Amino acid sequence: MTVKIHSLFEPEILRQAAGASFSKLHPRSLMKNPVMFVTEVGAFLTTVGIFFRPANEPLGFGLQVAVWLWFTVLFANFAEAMAEGRGKAQADALRKTRTQTMANLLKKDGALESVPAEQLRKEDVVIVSAGEVIPGDGTVIEGVASVDESAITGESAPVIREAGGDRSSVTGGTRVLSDRIKVVITANPGESFLDRMIHLVEGAERQKTPNEIALTILLSALTIIFLVVVMTLKFFGIYSGVSFSVTVLVALLVCLIPTTIGGLLSAIGIAGIDRLVQKNVLAMSGRAVEAAGDVNVLLLDKTGTITLGDRQATEFLPAKGVSVEELADAAQLASLADETPEGRSIVVLAKQFGLRGRNLAEMPNAHFLAFSAQTRMSGVDVDGRKIRKGAADAVKNFAGGRFPVEVEDAITRVSFQGGTPLVVADGARILGTVYLKDIVKGGLRDRFERFRAMGIRTVMITGDNPLTAAAIAREAGVDDFLAEATPEDKLALIRKEQAAGYLVAMTGDGTNDAPALAQADVGVAMNTGTQAAKEAGNMVDLDSNPTKLIEIVEIGKQMLMTRGALTTFSIANDVAKYFAILPAMLISAFPVIGPLNIMRLSSPQSAILSAVIFNALIIVALIPLALRGVHFRPLSAGALLRRNLLIYGLGGVLLPFPGIKIIDIGVNLFHLV
Amino acid sequence: MDRFGWIQLGLFLGLLLLLTKPMGLYLYRVLEAEGKTFLDPVLKPLERLFYRLLRIDPKAEQDWRRYTVSLLAFSLVGVVFTYAVLRLQHLLPLNPQRLGPVSGHLAFNTAVSFTTNTNWQSYGGESTMSYLSQMVALAIHNFTSAAAGIAVAAALVRGIVRHTAKTIGNFWVDLVRIHLYLLLPICLFYAVFLVSQGMIQNFKPYESSRLVEPMTVDVPKMDAQGQPVKDAKGNPVTEKQVVETQTIVEGPMASQVAIKMLGTNGGGYTNANAAHPYENPTPLSNFLQILSIFLIPGGLTYYLGRMAKNQRHGWSVWGAMAVLFLAGVLLCWWAEAAGNPRLHALGVDPAYGNMEGKEVRFGIFNSALFATVTTDASCGAVNAMHDSFTPLGGLVPLINIQLGEVVFGGVGAGLYGMLVFVVLTVFLAGLMVGRTPEYLGKKIEAYDVKVCAIAVLILIFDIMGFTAWGVGSRWGLAGLNNAGPHGFSEILYAFSSATGNNGSAFAGLTANTWWYDTTLGIAMLIGRFFFIVPVLALAGNLAKKKIVPESGGSFPVSGLTFVFLLVGTVLIVGVLSFFPALSLGPIVEHFLMVHSNVVY
Repeated sequence: MTVKIHSLFEPEILRQAAGASFSKLHPRSLMKNPVMFVTEVGAFLTTVGIFFRPANEPLGFGLQVAVWLWFTVLFANFAEAMAEGRGKAQADALRKTRTQTMANLLKKDGALESVPAEQLRKEDVVIVSAGEVIPGDGTVIEGVASVDESAITGESAPVIREAGGDRSSVTGGTRVLSDRIKVVITANPGESFLDRMIHLVEGAERQKTPNEIALTILLSALTIIFLVVVMTLKFFGIYSGVSFSVTVLVALLVCLIPTTIGGLLSAIGIAGIDRLVQKNVLAMSGRAVEAAGDVNVLLLDKTGTITLGDRQATEFLPAKGVSVEELADAAQLASLADETPEGRSIVVLAKQFGLRGRNLAEMPNAHFLAFSAQTRMSGVDVDGRKIRKGAADAVKNFAGGRFPVEVEDAITRVSFQGGTPLVVADGARILGTVYLKDIVKGGLRDRFERFRAMGIRTVMITGDNPLTAAAIAREAGVDDFLAEATPEDKLALIRKEQAAGYLVAMTGDGTNDAPALAQADVGVAMNTGTQAAKEAGNMVDLDSNPTKLIEIVEIGKQMLMTRGALTTFSIANDVAKYFAILPAMLISAFPVIGPLNIMRLSSPQSAILSAVIFNALIIVALIPLALRGVHFRPLSAGALLRRNLLIYGLGGVLLPFPGIKIIDIGVNLFHLV
Repeated sequence: MDRFGWIQLGLFLGLLLLLTKPMGLYLYRVLEAEGKTFLDPVLKPLERLFYRLLRIDPKAEQDWRRYTVSLLAFSLVGVVFTYAVLRLQHLLPLNPQRLGPVSGHLAFNTAVSFTTNTNWQSYGGESTMSYLSQMVALAIHNFTSAAAGIAVAAALVRGIVRHTAKTIGNFWVDLVRIHLYLLLPICLFYAVFLVSQGMIQNFKPYESSRLVEPMTVDVPKMDAQGQPVKDAKGNPVTEKQVVETQTIVEGPMASQVAIKMLGTNGGGYTNANAAHPYENPTPLSNFLQILSIFLIPGGLTYYLGRMAKNQRHGWSVWGAMAVLFLAGVLLCWWAEAAGNPRLHALGVDPAYGNMEGKEVRFGIFNSALFATVTTDASCGAVNAMHDSFTPLGGLVPLINIQLGEVVFGGVGAGLYGMLVFVVLTVFLAGLMVGRTPEYLGKKIEAYDVKVCAIAVLILIFDIMGFTAWGVGSRWGLAGLNNAGPHGFSEILYAFSSATGNNGSAFAGLTANTWWYDTTLGIAMLIGRFFFIVPVLALAGNLAKKKIVPESGGSFPVSGLTFVFLLVGTVLIVGVLSFFPALSLGPIVEHFLMVHSNVVY
């Protein structure tokens, strides 16, 4: 994805949304939203009602109510179009990358044929060379190449794709920078990853999520209740000697039905998916985003999520009779040619002991030995010294089979604390131990703390032994850990948690993660991962950053909270609207009811018009909130409830009183009625 | 609002609080099919006998559909049986007054009324019903309809606390156990207590006695055809009549009154209901009758907490009910104590408050307390004329009924009604904590919202629809004795009371007409069964679900915030639905009384 973050209110999107608000007036598209459909019917009725108005109702009043009711519908359409607009802009950008590509199809007889990319089918095999665009999603079956995936991920650094293993999947639309690979196509035209992305961000086939359906039912029920209230009120009025006009009754109805949430509901859902897209996460369905908000257990891979992928040297533990400086000096020498992150971290740590940085060029007659999987040591032969550092047993063999007691102790202690001990030797002399530590990412402990407050348990998954795992788990502040985990263990753990009623989220990238990803309620596949993993999960993280699971959960919660907050606000608003409209409706027949007009609105007609205008404008005013989501704070459910109840419940009761009053003043200032 | 009122109110609430836990614990034992009670040595053989006779397997539970069908079939048989007894009462024994058969529409209305725990009475008991009809046709329903309500509440609570279960109990077992262990033993002692206070219990024919002071009354003059004679201006002509004797009612009263209060039925033995000196002889009988309305409903909140293993939740529901009760009783008491300014202008001492339509024996506070409690619950017994309350004083019983009678409420019906509100509250506010709403670990999903919404919708439809028909048709208006807003309130109250299965009335309405008997009967059926079926569907659906263990992220269903939220939801749903209607009735009537001299 071209990570051009579209700001909320870009002029182009605004312009398109304004146009779409009108095309969405079609009853067939509004039918999906019962509240706004009723509003549209009401707007239509008042428009017709202008021609059949009672003698004492001025034309201007009926006309203005009708106009504002149409605006109410348009504003709701506008909110939805705005939410869709950003997705559309992103989809357009994606489409541009799907330009005409030619593919080198490898035929059965071994000949190459150049065909347009859209003619490729599953199981076709293509050859892609440096400089060419990969014609479709597939799996590398031969060769290794560096690929520029910035079109999809926005990340400009090239990545390696190679046959076999967990880095074999390639995405259509990305470009091979070097070498040549043989790729078997895994998606038919129109089903590729890029196609799915376009669909998703466009919201073309958006289905209502379970919670959205439940909420729509409740909103429909409220709408029906108020329909009954308003229709029976007509009869009650006849009994009481008051004749309510169509305009007045429709105005009351539209003010009472939950138009605020009804108008913004779909925008909230679309914006939720869109916020994930902004974070470079693709949710395969709105359902997945909602599930993310409900998650009780987070399974987090240790490496890359909880710890920085690489271990770092943090301490030198010299043997008896060796100074720390001597050990540091030897360790640094042994690491000069070690380009692994561990090696570099030793050089950096050694500098703290007053050793200046050395480089290879200073020592022309030194012979460096790089780290290898066979020797599991690295080192240098210089001036007759043979300095080595490496895994304890490898160095033990090199040095002649014995460690001093204090070195053995140091090795055991480091292991217990979750670290990795490296031993440094100069020939047969053991100099000491370097403490390589798994570095827990900063800020995680706080974050897990807040998750705990929200009722979410964090479980660390690692291949380490239980001792090491426990030490790291303790340091990171996770609630639980699964050590020496195999993919089967992971799957079993998910099943166990689900059986207990919990919802589980996890990340994964390898093919062997696929069953677990499919089993988890929220499975986030890394984009660098295999095709199988990406298909099993219900979200894909284009940045391949496992820590993002935490943000995904927050976005899911934020979406549900926004819905709840706006529903509460919408219903709470009704109280004030009653106090505006009802006295206005009854005062002609019962002048004694005057004290009920607590806002002291100037006339019955301005009161009704002001309530209708407020009702329409509040939708516009809340569009930014619906699109951005309510401010998220990781608090316990009780604290969150109190806070949101105060803001959106109490605020929803109180705000319309001054709001309607101010509009009423304006209406009179301009003599609108 | 005098000191003695405050003392009584404190005493009432205190005793209710004290009785909640023991009652709840006993209910817990009764409502568990395997539960043990201290009455087992006496009643267990009887219970087994019933099962054998009725061929009930007490171990076989029913799913929600079979539970519903059992309940509906049982109720249908009840309606038909009562209808038959009333129509044939002149042929049946125990009819010393030789009362004739009950008319078709009244028999339908009454049969439905007692089967649905409404006890709306379009008749005067002592002048219409034989002793056999009172005991066999009516009092039996006081037991069975109460038991059915408690059974539904128990089924819903089971649905809430069970997980991945298909069944919600066995209706027949619930019915037998509630009768045997709960209603009958309490009523036995309760009736004896009432007799000790002076209530009658006999089969004697009515007695006649001479008045100490003969009185003269104006009665309409009738012509030979029995039609009222009218003068030249069309006003009825009256003539003086001297009354020298009085007929005194007799019969099996105490046995019926005990269950009438305990089972929140409310159907009076006499037309004057609990205002009659026999039906409510002493201050103590008055106080305990009011308390007994809330006894089982209060205990059921504790039962809920006990079943859910979350006693704080049970107490929070109790708390929300208590808040709503206090708000109602204080408003009603204040309005009645303040009285009617127009009468004050005519020289009535304001210190008396509004004594119109009240027993001087009970006074302002006891009338306000009785009226509030009887409508908080779906009881409907009265010891004062609600029709004569001040507009705001009368607004309280009316709105209590319209809120769904969830303030402690009818036996069982109060709890299951409140739980529907709890589910809606949890759904509405639950989203605000950023999760799919959960109630006691159960996810509240589309189906649950749908059935709860249907239940609430139907009540509103029922009340508003029939009221609109009533005020818009000559059949409805024919029964009115008052014009203007008060007349509107009377019709609104009648259909609210029928729908809510309350049974009390703004008695200015002549309801024993073909149209009112039929429409009110239908309103009662809809209000009862179209609510119970969604509730049992909810129970069945909740029972099927998994329980998500509670965590810091779970929606808190106890504590002050929850109480506040639940009270708010009940009020908002009720007020938003009924505010327009109420403003054309009691609210505008209040302003007319205070700010004008308009007369209707």
